[in-house]
Amino acid sequence: MTSYDDAPWVTDGAPRLRPYAVTGGRTAPTRRLALETLVIAARTLPRVPLTPEHDETLRECRAGPRSVAEVAGRLGLPVAVTKILLCDLLDTCALILTAPAGPPDPTDPYLLEKVLVGLRNL
Amino acid sequence: MSDYAISDDSFVPLKIVIAGGFGVGKTTMVGAVSEIPPLTTEETLTAASVDHDSLDGVPEKDATTVAMDFGRITLSAHHLMLLLFGTPGQKRFWFMWDHLASGAIGAVVLADTRRLADCFAAVEYFERRGLPFVVGINEFDDAYHYTPEEVKAALHLRSDTPVMCCDARATSSARHLLIKLVEHAHARSVAARAAPPAEPAAEAGAASASESAQPVPTSPPRSPA
Repeated sequence: MTSYDDAPWVTDGAPRLRPYAVTGGRTAPTRRLALETLVIAARTLPRVPLTPEHDETLRECRAGPRSVAEVAGRLGLPVAVTKILLCDLLDTCALILTAPAGPPDPTDPYLLEKVLVGLRNL
Repeated sequence: MSDYAISDDSFVPLKIVIAGGFGVGKTTMVGAVSEIPPLTTEETLTAASVDHDSLDGVPEKDATTVAMDFGRITLSAHHLMLLLFGTPGQKRFWFMWDHLASGAIGAVVLADTRRLADCFAAVEYFERRGLPFVVGINEFDDAYHYTPEEVKAALHLRSDTPVMCCDARATSSARHLLIKLVEHAHARSVAARAAPPAEPAAEAGAASASESAQPVPTSPPRSPA
């Protein structure tokens, strides 16, 4: 029997999978997530079995709030694909959104003062 | 929504854009101030994602990948998380900047005096968008030293736009740039609120366009002074 083990199926450096393979071909997220949307793993276990990609995504969000951009960077997946995985986990309550009240107003002087104090105290 | 976490884990995310030409030190600066090693985040816009991600400004292309540098600074005491995005400076990436600029505090434009023209596109974009920005002259050892005033004149900057020399490799210097940016953004917002009807464009641009990704009109490129 011929072994294919030493014959690479993909070019070195190329992604192992086509990006949307990990979403089962789905290209539309179920919610509108922004690059800066923060999510965190829920303290309860997910109610449904997870794929390895979902599991890895969830693991990245256990230590603290993580932005969509950071999760995508850590998974090495495009942002658009990452958003679909995150939506799946949000929909099954394995992840929760962490945002006190909608998107912040970056022109709010009070908010900017807090940023300044924080940066100066680093 | 019912599925928001209201707890100690609640942080307010705030974006800061680090822009500039190729090789000017964006990745270096993100790495110098970020509390995590900088990550590469890829935004791929394909025909499949057109409904969700605007392709305005990218004619005759059905797939574009933009690699951004990502870093973060958590200000735990204030429940704030600064998200730093290092982004390519070329005009063809303006559609990406729309994503980044909406809802951002502002931008740091890094300039290399040996190739000052590389930051024209970024300066032009942020001026048109009304987003607060500062210019950091990243000092390379073999570059002739220009004063911030000379660079400000060469870039035709508004008089209130801060320009300062920096070393993008040094945490203190890179952090100082961020502080300068936030001070500038704060001063502008205070001034805008003191005279609300004067500049409606700046207010509307920053506050309302969180998802709309308005394309910025193009104009002839700046000429060096």
